[in-house]
Amino acid sequence: MKPLVIFIGFVLISLISSAQDVTGLVKKVKTRLDRVNDYVAEGRMKTDVAFIKAPAGKVKIFFKKPNKFKLKRDGGISILPRGGVSVNMSSLLTSESYTAFSAGESQINGTTVKVIKLLPSAENSDVVLTTLYIDEANLLIRKASTTTRENGTYDMEMSYGKYAEYGLPDKVVFSFNTKDYKVPKGITLEYETGEKPAADKLKNKKGRIEINYTAYTINKGVSDKEFL
Amino acid sequence: MWKLLQIELFKIFKRPRTYISFAAITALVGIIQFGLKLDGTAYMEFMLRDLSMSFDIEGNILNAYLVCFIILQLLLVHVPLLISLIAGDLISGEANMGTLRLLLTKPISRTEVVFAKFLAATIYTLLLLLWMAILALFVSLLVFGSGDMLNLKSDYIVQLKSNDIMWRYIAAFGFAAIAMITVASLGFLLSMFAENSIGPIVATMSVIVVFTILSTLDIPIFNAIKPYLFTTHMIGWKGFFDVKVNADNEAIAGTVQNLGKVMQAAGILVLHIIGFLTASILVFRKKDVLS
Repeated sequence: MKPLVIFIGFVLISLISSAQDVTGLVKKVKTRLDRVNDYVAEGRMKTDVAFIKAPAGKVKIFFKKPNKFKLKRDGGISILPRGGVSVNMSSLLTSESYTAFSAGESQINGTTVKVIKLLPSAENSDVVLTTLYIDEANLLIRKASTTTRENGTYDMEMSYGKYAEYGLPDKVVFSFNTKDYKVPKGITLEYETGEKPAADKLKNKKGRIEINYTAYTINKGVSDKEFL
Repeated sequence: MWKLLQIELFKIFKRPRTYISFAAITALVGIIQFGLKLDGTAYMEFMLRDLSMSFDIEGNILNAYLVCFIILQLLLVHVPLLISLIAGDLISGEANMGTLRLLLTKPISRTEVVFAKFLAATIYTLLLLLWMAILALFVSLLVFGSGDMLNLKSDYIVQLKSNDIMWRYIAAFGFAAIAMITVASLGFLLSMFAENSIGPIVATMSVIVVFTILSTLDIPIFNAIKPYLFTTHMIGWKGFFDVKVNADNEAIAGTVQNLGKVMQAAGILVLHIIGFLTASILVFRKKDVLS
């Protein structure tokens, strides 16, 4: 009986210390991200969704703590997947109330990363689970996978360059599941019987948005008007 | 020939009937613009409701380029009816008034008369389209502003950059001109066979209505005949608002998805014009002018 109690106690202590470790790591990453109060970034966005033919274009991105985020596309119209976490690094760690636990280690582009799962404590949170792949040596989030109630699962893969000290990526690849798109021809006033794209090409494919950031202006102040 | 054309243009623009078309276009375009300006947001929400379930769409979606596209979609099906008002009257109107015999006593060939009248009808058609372009595109630019354009198709969406749109409208209006001249040439041909205007005008309208219904009905049995109806090809202008994509599904500016098909449609319409005009010349040269 005594050895079993000792064993269970040992397991519990190691689990608690592991949870504290990963919580500490997440906090360190968050502390780095918290150095950024606001930024204006310029970049180029590519949209790859089966049923959207969109050209690549320049974008301007505005961020302000705690979670104001706006992407403006050159030319005016931006089509972004629904969900507050879309292409927004800081929103991943905005909430203070979550439970973090380790899910081992993995490799992303040759870098060893810690896999950490975050469970939000709030029952009404739209985010159900967030999995972070953290480069412990550089305190950078290399990848994040977020599952939401309303909008499915999103993956974000980040590449870093000269803004790594602020935890801001040079490139973000955002992938997500898309629903089918179909509008009756009577509504689109489309009567022509042109060649249709292959049906399987338009259905249930992963959508992908890639943003290559060219420059950040960090902590210089951003007007609230930009987020209207 | 130039003098003859001037006379024909004078005759067309002297008649009040000519300006009905311009007034109708002005009223229709104005009503659509007014409606979209007041309640365009609700209209766009309805159009984009499928896409909005998965995406946040931001920006000036209901800009002049989309408004002009909506107007052209709605009106280019009906403008042929306005064109037939003039084209169907060109010969039959003169026969009815008894001026055709007088005209043919002049030292001009019948072929020249046909050409002059056809050119006058063509100029009228082009002016009508130009008026439509001014109202639908340029007035819309003043009212709704510019920006990227979203072309909402039933299976997919095309986003066009603002600097890649104007040439498409020029091409689309060029195509529409060919389509409308086809209608004018049909009305002109039918006007050879009557002694009053009503018959050819109603006959032209009827052909357009029946053919358009057959072209737009998505019933398999009619699909076989659709390629042979000129009305099927009249909506080819929309092809200029679809783009090619590269391997990354990125839209390529300055391209047209099915340019070959659009050009083929334009070619078929031009062949119709040549056919109708040739038939008109042959009929008129042999016509026994009794009135």
